[in-house]
Parts: sequence; structure tokens; C-alpha cells
Amino acid sequence: MSLTKQEVESVARLARLEITEGEIGRVVEKLSSIIDFVDQLQTANTDDVMPMAHPLDMGQRLRTDEIFEADQRNRYQVNAPEVEAGLYLVPKVIE
Amino acid sequence: MHKKTIAELSRSLQAREFSSVELTRHLLSRIDALDGGLNSFITVTAEGALAAAAAADERIARGEGGPLTGIPLAHKDIFCTEGVRTSCGSRMLDNFVSPYDATVVSRLKDAGMVMLGKTNMDEFAMGSSNETSFYGPVHNPWDLKTVPGGSSGGSAAAVAARLAPVATGTDTGGSIRQPAALVGITGVKPTYGRVSRYGMIAFASSLDQAGVLTRTAEDAALVLEAMSGFDPRDSTSSPAPVPCYHGSLQESLEGLRVGVPEEFMDEGLDSENRAAVEAALDVYRALGATVSTVSLPSLALSVPTYYVVAPAEASSNLSRFDGVRFGYRCDDPADLLDLYQRSRGEGFGDEVKRRIMTGTYVLSAGYYDAYYLKAQKVRELIAREFRQAFQHVDVLMGPTTPAPAFELGAKTTDPITMYLNDIYTIAVNLAGLPGVSIPCGLVQGLPVGLQLIGPHFSEARLLNVAHRYQQESDWHQRLPVGY
Amino acid sequence: MEWETVIGLEIHAQLNTVSKIFSGASTAYGAEPNTQACLVDLGYPGQLPVLNGEAVAKAVKFGLATGSKVARRSVFARKNYFYPDLPKGYQISQFELPIVQEGKIEVVLEDGSTMLVGLTRAHLEEDAGKSLHEDFKGKTGVDLNRAGTPLLEIVSEPDMRNAKQAVAYMKTIHTLVRYLDISDGNMQEGSFRCDANVSVRRKGSETFGTRSEIKNLNSFRFVERAINFEVERQIDILESGGKVVQETRLYDSVKDETRSMRSKEEANDYRYFPDPDLLPVVLEEGYIEDIAATLPELPAQKRARFIGDFGLSAYDAGVLTASRELGDYYEHVVERLGGEAKLASNWVTGELAGALNRAGLDISQSAVGPQALADMLGRVVDNTISGKIAKDVFEAMWSGEGTADEIIDARGLKQITDTSAIESVIDQVMAASPGQLADYRSGKDKLFGYFVGQVMKATQGKANPAQVNELLRQKLAG
Repeated sequence: MSLTKQEVESVARLARLEITEGEIGRVVEKLSSIIDFVDQLQTANTDDVMPMAHPLDMGQRLRTDEIFEADQRNRYQVNAPEVEAGLYLVPKVIE
Repeated sequence: MHKKTIAELSRSLQAREFSSVELTRHLLSRIDALDGGLNSFITVTAEGALAAAAAADERIARGEGGPLTGIPLAHKDIFCTEGVRTSCGSRMLDNFVSPYDATVVSRLKDAGMVMLGKTNMDEFAMGSSNETSFYGPVHNPWDLKTVPGGSSGGSAAAVAARLAPVATGTDTGGSIRQPAALVGITGVKPTYGRVSRYGMIAFASSLDQAGVLTRTAEDAALVLEAMSGFDPRDSTSSPAPVPCYHGSLQESLEGLRVGVPEEFMDEGLDSENRAAVEAALDVYRALGATVSTVSLPSLALSVPTYYVVAPAEASSNLSRFDGVRFGYRCDDPADLLDLYQRSRGEGFGDEVKRRIMTGTYVLSAGYYDAYYLKAQKVRELIAREFRQAFQHVDVLMGPTTPAPAFELGAKTTDPITMYLNDIYTIAVNLAGLPGVSIPCGLVQGLPVGLQLIGPHFSEARLLNVAHRYQQESDWHQRLPVGY
Repeated sequence: MEWETVIGLEIHAQLNTVSKIFSGASTAYGAEPNTQACLVDLGYPGQLPVLNGEAVAKAVKFGLATGSKVARRSVFARKNYFYPDLPKGYQISQFELPIVQEGKIEVVLEDGSTMLVGLTRAHLEEDAGKSLHEDFKGKTGVDLNRAGTPLLEIVSEPDMRNAKQAVAYMKTIHTLVRYLDISDGNMQEGSFRCDANVSVRRKGSETFGTRSEIKNLNSFRFVERAINFEVERQIDILESGGKVVQETRLYDSVKDETRSMRSKEEANDYRYFPDPDLLPVVLEEGYIEDIAATLPELPAQKRARFIGDFGLSAYDAGVLTASRELGDYYEHVVERLGGEAKLASNWVTGELAGALNRAGLDISQSAVGPQALADMLGRVVDNTISGKIAKDVFEAMWSGEGTADEIIDARGLKQITDTSAIESVIDQVMAASPGQLADYRSGKDKLFGYFVGQVMKATQGKANPAQVNELLRQKLAG
């Protein structure tokens, strides 16, 4: 098993995914097998190879600075679980 | 009616042999009658379809119809459709009604096409068998016990069962080509940047590309031409002009240089599948092509490379699903952390969570260089090998999948076995190349596909090469029993 | 024990584009919640960013103005973390390859001396939304209007050694971004704010102490007070044998203290990687040259010119170049007046600045324009009115009573320079104050002021003060 339960729990926490006590064993096992599998990459000789971030060999296009989006709050908030006074609500955040 | 290709339907509609409304009704009734066993649709938009069909008929009556006006289609449920639920196969978006159309959707709408509904798919396009959908698996019309492939499994099954003449799909690691092969239809994954990604719910942004599933290459050419082209809303959309794909279908293949990567024809390939591919190569030889063997030595690393790059991008892309502005929210969250963890824990299925976890891990402090950066370098190696191959050949050919469709449940317990099923398709996405799968035989009564791969923006040539084969073969006309 | 403070600032300047950095929504301040949050800003499924070219141009301007390296190729990356005001779960920022790299800026300190502060980098990124912690059914409300507003994050080297230097540096950047017209610099609206990295170490030590990061300081005063508090706090910890913890802290201006931020307690692992929705920003030489050609005279250049050409003190030159508009105003006055640079400086930094201050206006909103002020000062120069009367005239001009000449005429404020007229007033004053006259002549020199006052009073301040002095002296001497 390449990953420990603690490592998997900390990854789940970073990803904000709940994993129940019942699931954790299976998750550790499968995630470990995936990481072991991708570890094959270490066999490749990539000296002097530039990393490829993107398949397109293009530069970023620059857009003109103009406003083309009008207010559609009411339409967009139809999908929101909880809204009040135009605000999206979440449980109390303490800074 | 449902057995006609788009090209044939278009001629019939223009000649008023039947109307788009009649055609649409006919297909809706087929969906009604036959989709219970297939589960290829998540949402059927009968009312909207009939209204769009009536509008198309008027357009044709006014003499303003184009080649696609009045032609029904189905959209993979990954494309945002205004006013229609867009679920991405996930509980997370089960209640999500998009306020806007994806560029692909609006372009085909503008061409007069009639949307029948939204097709089933692996959750967030993560899967190769369409078994990870929140809406249940899709069945292969050739044998309901087998999978249709994934992630565009619903689109593939719907076209194969003649419920729709064409369906859109997306291909991140083979998600158009693999299901097209497993259900005996034509699937086109264009060059990265050819079709806008705007409104297509992202899985892995540097790999995702929209395409089509049709019965013939000719049909694919017609639809692809309408959906391709520059989109100012997508920074990764190419400004290169879209050629007339339909116009070059008939070009001669005399002197075409075909390369067959030796790594595609290794022991991992089913022997009957291999025989089907070789028979297809003979057809190309007869059409005047020369066939040679080429090598893509890093191909074996394409799967592990993909399973670093794709989950990394996905882990970030899927962070927006947090239960705040749209999508699933858990009941009674105790605090903010609980809101996030349970909304995402309950809203996503196992495979999606697995990939988010994998992606989070490979990007995290201490592992970035070993996994993510390393994978980007291997990705460059793979792309380089393709570039070198295309200095000597015009098209690469090989199998689309290692074997025909497998049974439902056969590969769900071990993710790696499932991942390896995409061994022949994944490298194409890593390099951003266009790829096509066309039916080239039946193995134990199940279809298998021939994969064609070309250099960037060679769609016209690939469609031409696919079309000439289809003029010499009838695999694409085979119909699963009962449909 | 002697301690040395080490400070570096991360300044966030909102760029004054009309639309957001990656979407076509408005950046205007103060709209109803979420009415300027379009689908891109909301992180809706399927939405994609497209880069605003104006934001890039403004970042390039900053790079050129600070002599920094403008990267010919820069890359946007995703900074991943979950927070309600961050809709996508990641912030699009620049990480490994920022658009502006390695520059430095000269900072004038309070005492007139200067120091160089190194600029590590300046990168483009999108702002987050706002969480409103007022009670909404016991919950927090999220407004995403600000989400996607372009920011230039300007990161300094840890070159500052006390709070005053930090403030001077921040003011220098504040002046610069407004000169360049790349940010409105409005601190009340949060368009210009900073995070301060503060640590202390033993004097002479080569290594840095553990730092804390004070977040979101949005006034110069708060920067100074927060740093001073933090330095004291860290020294107290170290002197009592403790260890400073690396953490994020928040400054509470009411209590005048910093406190640890609970929400940021968790060690963050931002998992930066290149944003696959955006391609590298590639800038051609010609593009950069075109922008260089549009750069205005910079504050430091203007300041040097004011000292050299107008003979102003470093202090006055600094005040007059605090904003481009103020400098322009001043130059306009001097030009119209045809010299008298010192007089113009006194008036612009004195009466005018005071009036603007009282009215809460900035120079562009001044009720008295540079021409009107110059014309009025012309009347001081040609002795039509005295400097004292000029203040009344200015006040009348400010309240809209007309031009200087109109006011002088209407109120009969023309200075009396006729020697015989002044003498006759002096005679009257002397005749009316025999007691004071006797006292003065018996040695009470201080009473001279009394006579000046009486004469000025009798002439309603219009007598030429220099003449009054001279004539009084002669007459009182008898």
C-alpha cells in the first residue's frame, strides 16, 4: 500500500470530500493502486524535455476592454440552494 | 425513416417526402419504445423538439433550409442547454438547469437542427463504460449485457440504435472514439481547439474536445463543419478557418501513406480484432495507399501520463461544485467545512471522487514535480513521437480498442483494468490530435473500430480517408438486432 | 537586546479597467449584490476565461515605469483553495512566470532622504468576492460583484526596516499607479490595499526571523499602526523566550491590535498549476514599445524637474507631485503667471489645499481653476492687492462670487499705494491714540504693531503693508 490512511485523509480534506469511516479502507486501497500505476512515469527519461502544459502552440488572445454582460442575477440565482437579498448564503464564516 | 443517414434525410426533407415534425415524432416514439432497455437518454425534450421541428419545416418551406435544417440530434448531457437540465451524469447537477447554451449547441441550433434530448454519460465524463452515471448504466444495443463504452455511451447507443441520426460527444481520453467503436458507428474527435469548449462542462481542460457520433463519415463531415470554428468565448479556440469537410470526401487515396504503430498491434490486442484491422488495411492498400510500420515508443506511458494530467485538471475544475451557487447541497450543514465536504461527498460518485483525490494528490506540495511536472514532460515526449511519425506518413491507423465491448460490471472493481481499456486512444488527446473511429468488423457478434489519427487540423483528410473506406465496406450499415 | 524589523509588502492595486479581467461584466463599485457577477464570475459550469487586454497593458505600464523586466512570456496559473468568496475554488493568478519581474523604486522618506526598495515581481490576478458577515438568518452572505476584478499584486523585497518606511513605500506606489492611470487608488473602496509581511531579528543577524502576514490593510495609518503593534508583539514574544509562529493575522483598527485569523489556520497547499483554459501571454517587442511611448512623466522625474526648474524645496516638490493632477494644476498656474513659482507653490499647497481639504474635494473638482488662481496671484504681484486681502479674494472666488478682478472691484479692495493717502490715515490714527503714542515714544516698541493694526483697520486692510510700515516708522519717530 503506497498511501497511508492519514495521507488519504489529508488529501480528502484538501479536496473537501467527505469520506466515511466505512469507505476509507477501500479508498486507500484504490488510490494506492492508482498512484502505484502512475509511478511508471518515473521510468521515462525526460532529461532536457520541456514540460508540455497545453497541446495548442498559440499565445493568449487579448480581449477588448468593454462591458458585454448585463445584470441577470435573478436568472442565475434560480439554481442557487439559498439566497437572501441577492446574496448567496453559506453557514456562518468566522475569520 | 430512422435508417436513413443525415445526407439522405436532408434530401428527403428538402424534397418534402416527409416533414421534420414527422421525422421528429417518429424518433421520439422510437425513444419511447426502445430506450427503456438502453437507458441512452437522461432527458427527452419532446415538446421543444416538436417546436424546433415545426420551425425547421417553415424554414425549409421558405427555401431557407440548409443541409442540417430539420435534422434531429441528441446532445451529450455535458453540453449546457438553456432552459433544459444539464446533469453531466451526476447527482451534483441533477437539479441544474443551464441559463445558457454551449457554443456547440447554439451553432447546431442555428443550423436548424432539432434537439431530441440529452444523452446519458459517465459522471463528468469520467469512465470508459458508461457505468459511472448517476442515472444508471447505458446498455449496448448489440448486446444489452455489454457496455456501450464511455464516456459518451448514451450518444453512441442512441445513434447505433437509430434513435437519433447524430449525437454530440466529448473526448478527453477516447470518450467519442471508444464508444463509437464498441457500438459500430463513426466517431470523430477533432483537433484540440477546433470546436469551442464554451458551455461544455470541463473534465480536463487541456484534453477535452467536442466531436460527433454518426453512422457515416459523410454525416460526421456535415455536422462537424457546422459546429467547428473560432469562438471568442474560448481562449483555446483556434482561429484557423474551417475547411469544407464535405467537399473533399471523394478525394483519391492514391499514394496515401498509412503508418501502423507497432505498439498498437502488440499482444494486448485481441486476435480477431487485429484481423479486422488488418483486413481494413488491405482495403486501403486496394485504394492505392501504402502501409508501413512506425513506432511510438512512449505509447505505453500514455495511460499513466493521462491519469496524472486529467485528474489534476479535473480536481481543480470540479472545485466549483461546492453547494453555494448551483448544484447539490447537503441537508443542514453544521458549518462551512461540513457544507463543502458533505455536498461534494454526497453529490459526486465514487469514480469522480477517486479522480479528484488522485488529482489533488499529484498537485500537492512535495509531489508536484514527481507526478504533474513529470507527466507534462512525458506528454511532450509522446507529442514529439507523433510529430516525428507524421514526417513520414499521412495517417496513422490501428485499432480503437483492444477488444470488443465487455460485459457490464466486468471491470468496475479494478480502476486500472478499466483505465487500460483506453490504451490506444489516450495518446491522441495528450498530443491534441484529431482521431476518427470507423466500424471495421464484428468480433463474436460485436462491433470493433478502426482508428485513424492525423496531424493537427487534418480533419478534412481523415474524413476523406474514412469515407472512402465506407464506400468499400458495409460495416457501418450493420444494424443491431431489434433496432 | 537590539532588534531589527524586516518588512515586505504585497500591494494589491485594482486596475481601473471598465470590464473584469476574464469576463465582460462591469467593475463599477457599489452596485447591488451580485448584479455584476456574470456566469464567468460565478464559476458556472462550462464557462471560460478570456483575458482583458487592457489589464495586460496596465501591468506592462507598471513594469516599464519601475524599470522592471516585462516578461515576453508569462503564464496564468490556478491557486486552489475553497472559500465562499472564491467561486471556482481557485483563483487565476500568476505564479512561476509573472508579467513583471525584478525592478526597484526610489522612495522619499519623511525627512527628505531617499531609499531604494526592490520589487520582486508584479503579477496579474483576479480579485475575490466579498463575504458579508452581518446576520442573514445567522448565515454569511456572499456578494460576487468584485470577483474577477483585475488586480496587480506588487510584491516588494523585504527591504523596509520600520513602519514609516513601509508607509512611504506604499505611498510611492500609490502615487505611481495613479500617475500611470492604471488604478484609481481608492483605499476606502478597497482598490488599493496591502498585506504586510513582518518579522524581527537580532540586530546584525543575517537570517530572517519568522514572519507573520497581516492581511488586507486598507489605509496608510493602519499599515503603520498594524506594523508597529506587530513588531512590539513579536519582540515581546522573543524577549520572554517564546517563538513567533508563522501565520496570517488580521488588524483590528478598533482595538488597534492584530489577531490570528482562524479561517486561515489550516496550512494551505495551493496546488498551483498552469491554467489550461488560458494560453501563455506572449508580448511582442513592438507592443511593449508602443506602451512605453504612452508613459507620462513619472513622479520622481516631475519632482526633480520642479526642484531644478522652479527652485522649490524637496518637500514642496514632493507635495506638488503627489498626484499628476496637482502637478499639472501647479504648472498651469506658474505658466499663466509667467513665473513666481514660489508664490504659486505657497498658494497651491496652502490656501488651495486647505480649501479642498475642508470641502472634501480633490484637485480636479476645485472650485477655483488654475487660470483663475493665477489671475488673482497676478494682482498680488502687481501690488493691486496685498497678500492678506488676496486670501479674502480667494475665499470669495471659491464661493463663486466671480473673478479676482470682479471681486476686487465690487468690494473696493484695491490696495492703497498713494503715500499721501496713507500718511493722512496715519495722522488720524496718531491723533486718536495720544496715550499709546506717548507710551511708544517713551520706549514701548511693541506698540508699533498696534499702530499698524489701526492703520490697516482704518483702510479695511487695503493699505500696502510695506508702505504702512515705512511711513509709520517715520511718523512715530516724530
